[in-house]
Amino acid sequence: MNNKRLLTAAAVLAAATTLAACSSGGGGGGGGTASGGGGGASNCTNTIPKKNLPTVTMWGWYPNMQLVVDNFNKQNAEVQVCWTNVGQGSDEYDKFQTAISAGTGAPDVIMIEMDRIPTFQIQKALVDIKKFGFDAVKADYGPGAWKDVSIGDAVYGVPVDGGPMAMIYRKDIFDKYDIKPPKTWAEYEQAAQKMKDAGGPQFGDFAANVSALTMALQIQKGASPFTYDPAQQSTIGIKLNDQASKDVLDYWGNLAKKGLVGTQDQFTPEYISGVINGKYATYISAAWAPGYLTGAGVGKGEDTGKFAVAPLPQWDPANPVQVNWGGSAFSVTSQAKNPELAAKVAYGLYADKESLTDGWTNQIIFPLNLKALNDPEFINLKVAFFGGQQANKEVYVPAASAYKGMTYSPFGQYYFDAMTKQVSAIIDGSVTGAQAADKLQEDVAAYAKEQGFTVQ
Amino acid sequence: MTLLTTDTKSAPRARDKTPDRRGKVRLREHVMGWLFVGPFGIVFLALLIAPLAYALYLSLFQKKLIGGTSFVLFDNYVKAFTDPSFLSGSWFVIRFSLVSIPLQIIVALAMALILDTVTSLFTRFSRLMIFLPYAIPTVIGAVMWGFLYSKSFGPLTDLFGLFGATPPDFLSGNLIFYGLVNVVTWQWAGYYMIILYAALQGIDPALYEAARMDGAGRWQIALRIKIPLIAPALLLILVFSLIGTLQFFNEPQILRSLAAGTIGPDFTPNMYAYQQAFALANFNYGSAISFALGGIVFVGVYAFLFLTRKRRTFL
Repeated sequence: MNNKRLLTAAAVLAAATTLAACSSGGGGGGGGTASGGGGGASNCTNTIPKKNLPTVTMWGWYPNMQLVVDNFNKQNAEVQVCWTNVGQGSDEYDKFQTAISAGTGAPDVIMIEMDRIPTFQIQKALVDIKKFGFDAVKADYGPGAWKDVSIGDAVYGVPVDGGPMAMIYRKDIFDKYDIKPPKTWAEYEQAAQKMKDAGGPQFGDFAANVSALTMALQIQKGASPFTYDPAQQSTIGIKLNDQASKDVLDYWGNLAKKGLVGTQDQFTPEYISGVINGKYATYISAAWAPGYLTGAGVGKGEDTGKFAVAPLPQWDPANPVQVNWGGSAFSVTSQAKNPELAAKVAYGLYADKESLTDGWTNQIIFPLNLKALNDPEFINLKVAFFGGQQANKEVYVPAASAYKGMTYSPFGQYYFDAMTKQVSAIIDGSVTGAQAADKLQEDVAAYAKEQGFTVQ
Repeated sequence: MTLLTTDTKSAPRARDKTPDRRGKVRLREHVMGWLFVGPFGIVFLALLIAPLAYALYLSLFQKKLIGGTSFVLFDNYVKAFTDPSFLSGSWFVIRFSLVSIPLQIIVALAMALILDTVTSLFTRFSRLMIFLPYAIPTVIGAVMWGFLYSKSFGPLTDLFGLFGATPPDFLSGNLIFYGLVNVVTWQWAGYYMIILYAALQGIDPALYEAARMDGAGRWQIALRIKIPLIAPALLLILVFSLIGTLQFFNEPQILRSLAAGTIGPDFTPNMYAYQQAFALANFNYGSAISFALGGIVFVGVYAFLFLTRKRRTFL
């Protein structure tokens, strides 16, 4: 009797477990569609005001994303955005990459840095949005901006912000050691030596973890790391050890060896505290850098007016070259349920005046939208971080308009990781810049071959 | 449903024939056994065996950006065992095990023996304090040590500055090994100490009494009685720490961003597998690396158990 009751109980329990397993699988999906009112829009960070409209899911990490999304939803009568912040940069890319491999789980629209577009495009993870209303917004962005989001004739993203590069420097330290902002890289080295001889701080930083910056500096001297014809994606030209690339690595390697610049990884507490405490006299970076520093509390209070900005030093002052670091776009993923609707979001998001103005006044973005770029208020803005200097007019806008765009590789992550490895080796002194460039070429070319490319 | 019908049907007949009844009872016990194992079995199959089988399946394929997926049998394994990244990472965790495991166990054993011998007001407090690092999540522990080691924030700069010396940089290429040994020992020694302490508490005090009557001192009791009697516990923590160290991941992954360039993405095999799978979308090779690492762990633990089995005791 006792035994029988136990048996019954066990059988019921087993049946219940099976049932529970079934219902949790089915119920999750059902709940998702019921609450959001649109495909997969169950857990948005923002509240959707117009619940009867279809929704488009979106990932992004701009600091003022909430405001941008709210502005879009308020102004749009056709579609609503359901936004989630799944992390910044590689955190997001890793999740997107996993979703691509799994074939499910990606959002409809995704914010990505422009240098990643080929990486995802070659996996057929992005949609060409040219046929979904490109002509209407074509005039809103310059040709360089469009080039960075295009592969051949196809357009894989809508540019939002750019990263024209410049030299941020400590005005107080420059004054103390009587140094003028260098106009060429030769002057940069002389100034660094002068500062060191006078017992001053390090002049800059050569970091292993900012491969995109190192690449931009190589391109400035004339390197063109990758070439490929979009019509023939299986063939790629890789040229990472040309003279320009070697020269730039050797230049920074020598500065580090002489102790003129530091070798701290950037975006780390160690580095930011160094910048705050005046450990580095210059900070070679992009237009979004001040926003990043103000976020860490730099340039306010006692620090006011300590920072200034000058154009990026040149190799040949007669033929200046401007380069770019970072900058992002909104792309439509191939997992989007309604690509046309998703493209409307990609084109419209962060393109309204209110959002753009919030972005540039708070130095969160350097806008690529010409409506903002040509806005006299933007151009003449006296930037508080730079002690009232008209940084946009003097430095960033000219740099951005002279920027011609570049070709990124379809295996950006691998290339950047391999570059990090080589720059670390230069820093610890085991190879010279030229040797590192050769090794990098070998490494990346081998990877490309392994991935099935024909390397030229 | 079916189970219940069989049960009711068999009941009257079982009363008539004894041999048949015995068979039915055995069958019923059989079914009962499976039902008890069932809940565990389902979870075990769904959450351990199935993912493992899937990873093994993945590891037999190769996916290229150009050309798609193809079946390659063991090519990924051949590649792993000739891949300098995987080999140097494996060599690192093996060296790391050889240094950090004995250190952790010596520290844990010493503390357990002291706490077992000394009885004072502070024993309980000390026990808690030594155990405390284990209660801190590894990620937070690693971040904390990263800041302690830091040249800008850490106390080392100030401490050495008092004597006009420059502090050692535990995040640099030369010293990162010892920096990590320290973090791991700090985190795990307390946990192993608790296991050993519990084993010590299980020893019958009459044995000490007898030893003392025979003239044994404290050292002799510790070395000749206590340690041999807790040998099984020592063996257990050795296996734990061996498996844990060979799969080293959290601490170096966290310290990566603080240790300028000294920790690459292929620092340990587990980190390398993670990078391949989740950053480079190469799930196939990532799975192969994981399985190859699993093989190394298996060989290591098996060899260790084989060596210790022969002598029966640890010392």
